[in-house]
Amino acid sequence: MGWIIASGLGNFVHDALDPQVQVDSIGLGAVFALMAVGIGLVFGVMRLVNFAYGQLIMAGAFALAFASERGWPVGVGIALCFVVVLALSLAMESAVFRPLRGQSAAVMLIATFAVSFLLQSIALLWFGPLGKTATSLVDLNRPISIAGTEVRKITIVAIVTAAICLVLLVLLLNRTSIGLHMRATALDASTARLLGVRANMVSVVSVVIAGALAALVAVLFTVQYPTVTPTYALQETILVLAGVVVGGMSRLVSATLGGFLIGYVSGLLGGALPSSQSQYLPSFLFGLVILVLLVRPDGLFTRGRGLVERV
Amino acid sequence: MSTLELRDVEVAYGGVPAVRGLSITVSAGEIVGLIGPNGAGKSTTLHAIMGLVPLRGGDVLLDGVSLRGRPPEAVARSGVALVPEGRRLFGELTVEENLRLGLAGRSGGEGAEDDFATVGELFPIVADFKDRHAGSLSGGQQQQLAIARALVARPSVLLLDEPSLGLAPTVVDLVFSTLATIRDRGLGILLVEQRAQRTVALADRTHVLANGELRLTLTPDDAADTEKMVAAYLS
Repeated sequence: MGWIIASGLGNFVHDALDPQVQVDSIGLGAVFALMAVGIGLVFGVMRLVNFAYGQLIMAGAFALAFASERGWPVGVGIALCFVVVLALSLAMESAVFRPLRGQSAAVMLIATFAVSFLLQSIALLWFGPLGKTATSLVDLNRPISIAGTEVRKITIVAIVTAAICLVLLVLLLNRTSIGLHMRATALDASTARLLGVRANMVSVVSVVIAGALAALVAVLFTVQYPTVTPTYALQETILVLAGVVVGGMSRLVSATLGGFLIGYVSGLLGGALPSSQSQYLPSFLFGLVILVLLVRPDGLFTRGRGLVERV
Repeated sequence: MSTLELRDVEVAYGGVPAVRGLSITVSAGEIVGLIGPNGAGKSTTLHAIMGLVPLRGGDVLLDGVSLRGRPPEAVARSGVALVPEGRRLFGELTVEENLRLGLAGRSGGEGAEDDFATVGELFPIVADFKDRHAGSLSGGQQQQLAIARALVARPSVLLLDEPSLGLAPTVVDLVFSTLATIRDRGLGILLVEQRAQRTVALADRTHVLANGELRLTLTPDDAADTEKMVAAYLS
């Protein structure tokens, strides 16, 4: 028995250390990190967990499929994706987030559940349960060889895109006055407003950035998963939310690291679990999440005691 | 130069009146003191001006324009700056970032460097420690930063909520002398304080508040009149 477990573990470690699995996992982690930034930014500024974030990605993916089925150029499809996701984000902000500002976290979370199911239902009515196919960028799935390892182009695109976005975001937050206003709002919203920081402006800017990232994630995801259904990106969003909590919601950096980590680990498990056991992947992941939260309820990457009270 | 006018201001918390029929005027270049026992409604008055609590009656006017119903950021951007009780600095941000946040209270950032230089003269620690985290400063240094942050907004009226609370005597001296300096530059100041005697001595006039009502108005001459000071609190 012990021998079987040891040998299984040995195989697992061997497969997980495979360079191709590593690169793919980092690629998945990079995309999850972008989603974590989108969720973490809005949470920081508004104390609102946006469960409907996945449906923004779903809407963007449908926009890409819509354009691809009509044979529109790739650039037009991507532009349509951004327009749709940003318009939806702004509509969400003004119709749901803004009226609920200052409400309890539970009220806001349930409201975004409602938005999430509403958007899924609209997609179901509009596009049907089988969905559409986005094929404009499938060429990016072709591998290229780097130092003897076959790497799909989309993985490199994802990693580079995520790195550029994170650097730009850090510059925005640290070098501009709107970035300073966003950080101050995340630390203490009422004092920030007292100083003249415009809460509406800050929330619109965060929602627009989060929306732009969702559109980008839609573009990256549809390359690898071209079949777009009403539940598109739903499971990934739940995983990222778990990752954000595991990393530590109270800070954008820890939330982003948490998103990356859960993407990376899920890539490793996906690549190393025998295919007969791959349906257990979410169970493994959430088991790990529970373990981490039992040990560090404030998050893996936070210092000292955070906001979470132990019950 | 601006005038802040409170006209028959009424504030209530859940039906319990906290401020009743309060009328105060703060003109450019004067310090108006507001003293009284705990729970008299001093802080509530400042919160009502900033739009942090709704007015139940009366009005707050800046140069004749009503501020009633405006959110705090709009009041701040119209030229009223509050130095809140407990300072409420952003401890994780640097001294300079805290100062820059003061710029949020005005429409443009032009001339910001001049303003940073000016507050650096009033409070040298603000310039000396600009790269340190605000949370690492001592209480007295934090209070200086909080006032500097409010001044960077170029307000026409400055509200202070117990700026001397918990400070060492030398820092209290610095704070009070700085208030006199900025008054002389034409700023109107509404000063809520517990240090009654010093406030009465500094302010052009000082209102005594009890149970949300204005009970008495004192002038600097009354500061030495101990009997009158004690009577003001016991009335």
